[in-house]
Amino acid sequence: MSISLTRETAPSVLIQRRVPFGLLGLLLIAFVIVPLTGNDYWLNAILIPFLVLSLAGLGLNLLTGYTGQTSVGAAGFMAVGAFATYGFLLRLPELGLPVALLGGGLISAVVGFVFGLPSSRIKGFYLMVTTLAAQFFLEWLFVKFPWFYNYGSSGTISAPKLALFGHDLNTPVGRYLLTLTTVLLLTWVAINLVKSQIGRNWMAIRDMDTAAAVIGIPVVRYKHLAFAVSSFYLGIAGALWAFAYLGTASASSFDINRSFQILFIIIIGGMGSIAGNFVGAAFISLLPILLSHAGQALFGGSVDAGQLQNLQKIIFGVLIILFLIKEPEGLIRLLSNLRERLSHWPLRF
Amino acid sequence: MTFFFETLLGGLLAGTMYSLVAIGFVLIYKASGVFNFAQGSMLLFAALTFVSLHDQGVPFALALLLTVLVMIIGALLIERLVLRPLVNRSQITLFMATLGLSFIIEGLAQGLMGSQVRALDLGIDDVPIFIGGMMVSQFDLIAAAAAIVLVTVLALLFNKTRIGVSLRAVADDTTAALSIGINLNRIWQIVWAVAGVVGLVAGLLWGARQGVQFSLSLVVLKALPVLIIGGFTSIGGAIVGGLIVGASENLAEVYIGPLIGGGITPWFAYVLALAFLYIRPAGLFGERAIERV
Repeated sequence: MSISLTRETAPSVLIQRRVPFGLLGLLLIAFVIVPLTGNDYWLNAILIPFLVLSLAGLGLNLLTGYTGQTSVGAAGFMAVGAFATYGFLLRLPELGLPVALLGGGLISAVVGFVFGLPSSRIKGFYLMVTTLAAQFFLEWLFVKFPWFYNYGSSGTISAPKLALFGHDLNTPVGRYLLTLTTVLLLTWVAINLVKSQIGRNWMAIRDMDTAAAVIGIPVVRYKHLAFAVSSFYLGIAGALWAFAYLGTASASSFDINRSFQILFIIIIGGMGSIAGNFVGAAFISLLPILLSHAGQALFGGSVDAGQLQNLQKIIFGVLIILFLIKEPEGLIRLLSNLRERLSHWPLRF
Repeated sequence: MTFFFETLLGGLLAGTMYSLVAIGFVLIYKASGVFNFAQGSMLLFAALTFVSLHDQGVPFALALLLTVLVMIIGALLIERLVLRPLVNRSQITLFMATLGLSFIIEGLAQGLMGSQVRALDLGIDDVPIFIGGMMVSQFDLIAAAAAIVLVTVLALLFNKTRIGVSLRAVADDTTAALSIGINLNRIWQIVWAVAGVVGLVAGLLWGARQGVQFSLSLVVLKALPVLIIGGFTSIGGAIVGGLIVGASENLAEVYIGPLIGGGITPWFAYVLALAFLYIRPAGLFGERAIERV
């Protein structure tokens, strides 16, 4: 007879590993059912951006949510990833898509590391401003130097043929599967990363870096590492944003508003939570669609697009403040509270 | 050589315009530790309100008064609805709240008063005058004068009045200030109202310069390097920082810009600020933070 231990009392080693049916079900839906049944609009306009934004949120969350270094330059690093991947695909086509993506991510990581160097001496708002410097500098770089966009007149980069082992990925389903696979792989890595020594050191630095230094964590090295890893994720997200979602991108696809959008994803979804990025990204990408549909339904197209956009801005602002006041740990906390409640329902305790 | 000094002087005068924006930040940061990202939107809102009133035929002085009133009411609302529920939370949380606030203010400003470019005429001719053989913009001179007046008034307010003393007490040690009976909420209301009025002055000057439109709220991004160089807690620092940024930006655009493709103004100030940070991590006049475990 086995002793049954509840989640709350058992040390984690004693919890029996159960087959995660919920997760398997989700994977089945994502990999099999969605590509079979989803129409192009859903794949192109909703699922792909949702996945890419989740990945970008994940990248920023590793830096801001786990290591406590606020960054408002996320989109700059996304741009690096996009332009570097483009460069690889264009100039070294024999590398193939996966290696080009990886290369884009790595170059982005190097750039992130360089812009993260000041973190060894400064922190807080002062550091935040250096990430703004990165944002503006990188945006300028990709506009000013035609080498990055292959001397085109419009300054844009378009996806070369996306193909993997001879399979053409230029259909909505193909791009969806490419995005999904990349995002899931990187999410899996991130989950293990934050559970490892590295992740624990990051969180110690976030909670109080002076204390972390006192107990012997090499604070500077881990801050730099956080910048590099975060930029790696953001770079790959940027490449996917440019080639799997937009198709044709330019430096202005990665402006400061994109950075804010990603920051909002992690605020609303939940700082220091992996699943929170997905919830936050779903919220951020679905809310505008919902609002415009609601606007259509309520006013029957009489309300003009500019006003709708203003309204959307106000609603975003109100939501952010509400979240910060009521639930600083984000939607993911709200969901887990709900689950906890439901598991005891209808008993109160 | 005249050209060099002309560029330098033009930059210095433009720098006072940056300082005007930066002062609004410093006021709020000093008194409440809030890095107010919404300062730019407040500036836009103030300028838009003024222009809308003025366009309706409201006389200049009355429109100014009404706008000041609007900014004060706004400050009261912000304190009650945003700051008070977030008291004692981390600085980053408060910063993010002001980010949300800036979205609300921008949405409101454009929703209520339209998003087209409005011309704003303050009755100042933008005709250059010659001083010692150098061409100087008259408008810039007046803007600089406005900055000087504003700083003098603020310095008097901070150093000579009862309110100023309690403001400095709150900035120094919030808990100690509370314990001797200073009303923290009242202080915040005053500071945000003053920052709103500073925003109005800056908004009018910037608005007259480049038209009242959405891009006015992006002035906030210009002010950040100024703050970094001057330090977040010093009004004098905001002035000096503004002058340094304005002058070096102008000189760099003229002398370095052509070498690397031009258009370097959006980021040059930031790189300059970074260089300063390496040498003085708390800015020129900022207070060094002492950390205890």
